[in-house]
This record gives sequence, structure tokens and C-alpha cells, in this order.
Amino acid sequence: MIGFILILVSAFSFPGIIVRTKSIASGRKGPGTLQPIKEIGILLKKGSVFSNTTGIIFQLAPVISLSCIVCALLVIPFANNAALISFEGDFVFFSYLLGLGKFFAIIAALDTGSSFEGMGANREAFFSMLVEPAFFILLATFAMFTGYTSFSDIFSHFFVTGNNYVLIYSIIGFYLFIQIAMVENSRLPVDDPKTHLELTMIHEVMILDNSGFDKALIHMGSYLKFSIYGALMYNVIVPAGWNIFLQIALFMAVQIIFAIIIGLIESFRARNKMNLNPKFILTISSIGWIAFVIILILTDKI
Amino acid sequence: MMNAILFLIILSLTFLVFFIPKSSKYYYTLFLLTGAIVLSSVWCFKVFSGNCQAFNIDLELPAFRNSLILTIDRLSAFFIVVINITVLVGFLYARGYLRPYYQNKNSLSFSIHFLSYLWLYLSMIMVVMIRDGLTFLIVWEIMALSSFLLVIFEAEDRTIMKTGISYLIQMHVGMFFLLIAFLLVGKVTGQMSFDALRIYFTTHSNFLLFILFFIGFGIKAGFIPLHTWLPEAHPAAPSHVSGVMSGVMIKMGIYGILRVLISVQNDLLLIGITILVISMISGILGVMMAIVQHDLKRLLAYHSIENIGIIGIGIGLGVIGLATNNTVLCLFGFSGGLLHVLNHSLFKSLLFFNAGSIYHAIHTRNIEQMGGLMKSMPYTAILFLIGSLAICGLPPFNGFISEYLIYLGMFKTLSVSNLFQSVIVLGTIVGLALIGGMAIFCFTKAFGIVFLGEPRSEKAKLAKEVSNDMIFPQYINIAFIVIIGLVSVLFVRPVFDIISRVFNLPDIALIAGTSVHNLTQISLLGGVFIITVVILLVYRHYHLKSLQISYGPTWGCGYSAGTSKQQYTATSYAYNYNHLAKPVLQTKKIMRDIMEDELFPDQRTFESHSDDIFKKLLIDKPVNWFSNLLKKIAVMQTGQIQHYILYAFVYMLLVFLLTYFNII
Repeated sequence: MIGFILILVSAFSFPGIIVRTKSIASGRKGPGTLQPIKEIGILLKKGSVFSNTTGIIFQLAPVISLSCIVCALLVIPFANNAALISFEGDFVFFSYLLGLGKFFAIIAALDTGSSFEGMGANREAFFSMLVEPAFFILLATFAMFTGYTSFSDIFSHFFVTGNNYVLIYSIIGFYLFIQIAMVENSRLPVDDPKTHLELTMIHEVMILDNSGFDKALIHMGSYLKFSIYGALMYNVIVPAGWNIFLQIALFMAVQIIFAIIIGLIESFRARNKMNLNPKFILTISSIGWIAFVIILILTDKI
Repeated sequence: MMNAILFLIILSLTFLVFFIPKSSKYYYTLFLLTGAIVLSSVWCFKVFSGNCQAFNIDLELPAFRNSLILTIDRLSAFFIVVINITVLVGFLYARGYLRPYYQNKNSLSFSIHFLSYLWLYLSMIMVVMIRDGLTFLIVWEIMALSSFLLVIFEAEDRTIMKTGISYLIQMHVGMFFLLIAFLLVGKVTGQMSFDALRIYFTTHSNFLLFILFFIGFGIKAGFIPLHTWLPEAHPAAPSHVSGVMSGVMIKMGIYGILRVLISVQNDLLLIGITILVISMISGILGVMMAIVQHDLKRLLAYHSIENIGIIGIGIGLGVIGLATNNTVLCLFGFSGGLLHVLNHSLFKSLLFFNAGSIYHAIHTRNIEQMGGLMKSMPYTAILFLIGSLAICGLPPFNGFISEYLIYLGMFKTLSVSNLFQSVIVLGTIVGLALIGGMAIFCFTKAFGIVFLGEPRSEKAKLAKEVSNDMIFPQYINIAFIVIIGLVSVLFVRPVFDIISRVFNLPDIALIAGTSVHNLTQISLLGGVFIITVVILLVYRHYHLKSLQISYGPTWGCGYSAGTSKQQYTATSYAYNYNHLAKPVLQTKKIMRDIMEDELFPDQRTFESHSDDIFKKLLIDKPVNWFSNLLKKIAVMQTGQIQHYILYAFVYMLLVFLLTYFNII
């Protein structure tokens, strides 16, 4: 329960910190930390414009995508507190549920009949297809290392093995989660959320026709997704047995650092050339294989 | 005794279909079919409820020298259930599908069609019940012939006839492998039957004989590179037939492989890895080739190959589990594979029926000419959407459950396996994840291009929803898809039971117990998900009422006079993917470049086309080579009688000489 609340809380502050970091890095005064949340409030009050081409899928998709993310959130544990729902192989469910959300986001984009949105839909489908293996390799190495197959069990047994080299591994895990989160959330260097040209967008171009309430739901979903990945990163690097208050403080610290990292990356680097993205994403999987080799060594199989 | 007589009565009544008036042929066939389905369901019920391993029904036909004995064990019963559901739904669907054909088809072709449908059903259930080798091959042959007759229903079309013949030939190639395998067994043990396999395997090489069986059954199942008939035959057949063929007939290959595996005793690791590798290739290449197809039914056919791959991955892992005494991997692998047999039969037949409905409405299978069908055919669209979600293995539908079981088996194995197994298992996990991702890519494309956006052609604009009698039968499939997805325990437990009995697994109560916990949690989470969606939708509904809603054209970057031709097409959707998958797909583009001095370019066409490289290498090339060879030999065919007499003379001389020197 406590993890669930913490993720919700950090999702509130997350986008603001990214925006704030970017404005400081570029020497602007910039908006306040709560501005993105206020924007959601404004969107919720606004009316909507729907395209005549769209049908029921377009109306359903934002709701289903958000529900997928909320339900995926239920299996994420926090420290020694098991997740609200935990069972063997829950990360498979987690990944496939996010896949369901993406499925609907993609077909909603195709529902508008716009070639821009078709392009975005295609890119989103293509890149998330390529990043899928990386997540599974990482989770497989977790399962192999700890001998458990649910998020809650894996993370509560992560540091218990007493193996001193586990730190190398947790750093690689942390790194991989950051990379996967970048792709899944369509941030730099794969996608630039602030780009102004439809042709170069990925995620943003898919939601060109969404407005008002639906757009608010989509934004909420993407903020939640961020803090879910932040929570996963936190679980990899902080031992589960520590004092609960320290844990909560550290959790927030990790989320803030994650947001700052994203803000810094977005301030100082440009987006990849579109046709280099597949290579970039496949590199993540390759690093996953390195993690696998490390685990083989750690568990004395090599 | 009663069972045998009833079954024989149904068998003989089937031929009366020729003498029934054209208008009531359908109902007569439905009556017989329902009778056979009820009878076989009763048998299944007996097996599942009783504690006995199997029971026999002796049909006592003298012509077969008492070898026509139907033996039903749990594995057979499971497959009979799968066959019964799909065949019944397929036939109910056929009523609406065949209606337009009543005007221009004569009574005879309907009789042949219905007779073949009945015999396809009867031969399939006999395939899973007969243990004697020779009788098995006879019903296997009947299955091939009846499905051939079903495929060529529209034989006026030359290409369909050609496809049908090619299908028939490829089925017989498989048949020969099975024949050789059974003959080998017969030669060693003195009897040709599945039961004799066990005796053969104790003394002889298991791997080689298994490979023979695997090729024979694999051609039916459609493992790559034995799949070449599949993407041709499925589009050619009428949709209710493609649904049944893809849904259940190719699973007879899986049944055969499982039946042989029960008897295999050593070389298990090698066999397991072989199955696993071939299945991985089938899964990945199947979906890769599916993505670039433009023919909706061909796309679905390639997806069948992918799903056969997933089933094969489950089976392969199960065999590796058997080889390494890993009960968890064995149980989860086989169960996932077996459950996927049921799941795939449900959503794949559903998707084929919907493809048929679309064909019915707009008379084309080319997805580039579809679009916007969601508005004109809403029911078909929703059915197709649920089928797509299920085939992608997304929760809360049934495809997820079987893939989850396979995944879980692998993840649980990782911590206890050695280096070699870990690498194999991790490779399989990556493969399965990739297949899942590509399936999502493929079905967002299929659903998006076919049903969403604006109609891409005049045909699509005129589309109308098909009649209710084509829609209603599909709800049966939907019901199963949702129930298996949400209350998976009901189905996984019997499957566990089947696998543990068939493969003699030691105590599985503990594993089954935790699995029940896991599956109830999945059901719970699925329920939570649905509730969240419903609450949000209701809230959205009332919230939007209070706000101002307006409608306008799609945002076109300032340019809003676009036509439906400017939409993203299936080809452009697959463009970047195509780029990455070039080495495998070999997509060819046919176009003329615009020359520099061409100030006013004339009209141009663009065509892109991707070949199945396996078909090219395994079928087209050898056939071409052979026909070229035969053409060269044809110089002997001069047409002059003197030459032919000379040939006969040379031949007789040869025979005389060879006999003289005691060579023959």
C-alpha cells in the first residue's frame, strides 16, 4: 500500500522536476514545479474536439491505457512491503498489461486516419517491439540471481544473498531500467517530447487529436509510468531491509535524481536520427546480455 | 457396443447427403455433425470424469481385421474437445457464409462440400483416437483428402485449383515420412502402432525415428521450413474451412508429435532442443513474414505458423524438462503448449471467420483496399479486436494464460539450471518476448488498416455489416476466450492433470497449488482492470456531458483537404520494420526512377512484394530444376513410331543381357 501511495505522490512531482531542471540548465526562469499538474487540472476542465473520422476506439483508448498503467502499478513492491497483488511471474503480467495499453494507444492513433499519426503509431509499435526483449532479459537475470519469480520476492531477496559483487549488478540493472524507461516513455534520446515538427515526433504525434479530458488521462498515464520505472530503479539499488523512514526518504531522492537525469539529458543532447533508433534500442538488449553473463559469474555457473 | 453402433450409423449416414434436396443439405449435415459432436463429447466426459486411463471402443469392422479400435485417453479427449468447439462454430458460421453461393453452385458441389466437412471432422476425431499405425495412416489420408476437397470449393478459379493440388502434394510428402516411420517400427517390432513405439525406442535410436515423425507431422502443423502449403491453402479455402483448418487441423500435427513423445525414452535433450530451435525459428519468422502481408487471410495464415511455434516452444521446453528431470519446466512447458492449442483454435478460427465476413462484405482480401470498416461493420470489428488482443497474448484474454505458463516455467528454471540450460532458456525468453512484440506490431497494423481511418476504396465505402447468423456463432469463441482469460484456473487444472498423467510426472500437487494461487491473482488483477476501465468510462461519460464537445476534421498540420489516399497504408506502416528485416524477407520493389531529363514525368506505378524464401528454396527451385531436367529428357519423345519400337527393343535387350549375366 505504502509503495502505491509513494508512486502516486512522486508521479505528481516528477514532470515538474524535469521541466525545472531543463529551465535551470538553459538559464531560463521557467515555470514552477507544479505547473504540469496544474496543466492537467486545466485540461480536465476543458471541452473536447473530436475528429469526424474517429470512432469508439479513439474514445476508449485513453481510458484503457490509463487503466493498464494503474493496474500495472499494483504489482510494484516497495522495499519489504509486498505489492498489493503479487504472484509468480507478475512481471510478465506487468509487461503485457503495458503492452495492452500501448496497443490501444496505437490503434487510437490509426483511428484518426491522419498520416502523421499513422507514422507515430508505427514508430511507437516498432520501438516498443524492439525494447521488449531488454526488459525480459533483465527480469530473467533477476529471477536467476534470486531464485524468485515475482517483483516482491525478487526485490526483497535482492541483497540478502550476501554476495558482495551484487552492487555491480544492481548498477547495471539501474542503468538498464533508465534506458528502458526512456524508450517506453518516449523521451530523449529516442524521442523528443518538445519537438515542434510532426514529422520528427513519435509519441506526441500519436496524440495530436486528443484534447481535454482524454489528453489529461494520457498525460497522467505517462507521469505514472515514469514513477513506476523510478520505483523499479529504487528497488534495484536500495536494500529492502533498511529502516522504513530512511527508505521513504531514499525513494523520493531516487525519483528526484531520476527526474534530474532525464532533465539534464534533454537539456544537453539531441535526439537520435530516426533510423539510428533501432540500433540504439538493440544496444540496450545487448547490455542486458552482459548483465546475464555477470549473473552467470555471480551464481558460479561459469 | 452401443457407442460403436451409433458411431458407425453416423459414418454411413454421411453419404446420404447426396440424396437430400439442396436447400436442406445444410440442416441434414448440421444434424449429423451435432450427433457426432454429442457422441464424442460424451466419450470425453467419460474419460475426464472417470479415473481410468483410457477406454476402448471396438468398431468390429471385419475389413480392418479388428484393428479399428478407438482408444480415448485424456490427451485424445482434450483434442476432441478442441475439435468439437471449432468445427461446430465453423459450421454454424458457414450457413451465412455459403448463402451467396447457392445461386451459382449446383447441388453436387454442395453435397461434396458438406460430405468433406463431415469427413474432415470424423477423420480428425479418429486421428486422435486410433492407435494402430495402418488405420491411423488411412484416416490421416482421409483428413488430407477431405480438406483438399474443401479447399477447392471454388475450383472454377484456376489459381485455387492449383493451390489445392500443391496442398495435396505437400500433404502426401508428409504422409510418406509417416509411412516410412511406421514401417521402420513395424519391421523391428512386428506391429505398426503407436503402442509399439515404446518397444522400438528401448532398443533403437530415438532421435532418428523421432525426426521422421517430426517431419511427417510437422508438415501438417506447419513448422518452418515445412510450412509452405499453409500460406497458400488458407487464403484459397472458404473462410469457415480456413478457420477449421488453421484452428484445429494443423493441431493434428501437434497431437502426433505429442503422441510419439510419450513413448520416447532417450535422446530427450537432443530432441527437446531440436523442437525448441525449430519452434523458435517458426515463431519468429512466422510473425516476421506475417507483418509484410497484404492479404488478410495470408497474414492470418502466417500467424498460425507463429502460434504453432509458440506451441512448439512449450513442447520443446517440456521435453527438455523431461530430459533434465525438471518437473516444473516439464509441467509448465507442456501445459502451456497444450493450452495454447485450445486458445489458438479459439482466436484463430474467430479471426478467420471475421476475415471471411470482411470478404463477404467487400469482396477483397487486400487490406490496402479496406479501412474505416469499424463504422460500417461494428460487430465484426469488435470481434476482430478481441481476437487480435487474444492472439497477441495480452491480458485479460486467453492467449496470455498459455504464454504466461510457458514464461513462468522458464523463469522458475533459470535459478536451478546449469550454464547450458540457462543460455537456452534465456534465448527462448528473448525469442518469446520478441514474438509478442512483433505480434502487437502486426495486429495493430491489421486492425488499424482494416477497420480504422477512412475507407481506402469504393468497395470499402459500400461495406455493410454481415448477417446475424454469421456473427452469433462467433460469440461462442468470444465466451471461451474471455472465460479462459478471466477464470483460467478452471482450464489450467485439467490441463495439468492431463500432462501429469500422460507423461507420468511425479507428485505435482505442490506446483499445482501455487499455480492456482497465481492464476487466481491473475484473475483478480484482470477483474480489477475491467472494473477500473468501467469506472473511468462511466466517469468520463458523465464528465464529458457537462463540457462542450465539438467535432471537426482530423488535424492535418494546417492542411485539411486530405483524401483517404493520404492515410498511412499497410506498406508504409511496415516500412521501417521492413528495413530492419530485409535479410530475411527480401522485399522487392518494382518501380521506374524518374530520369533527370524527364521534365513532365508520366504516370508511374509502384509495387512492393516479398517472397517466402523457404518456398523459393525448398519448393520452387527443386521443382524448376526437375522440370528442366525432364524437358531435356523429352528429346526422346520424337513422335515417330520407329523410335519408340527402338526404345522397346533396347529395353528388351537390356533385360536379356542383365538376366544373362545374372545381374537381375
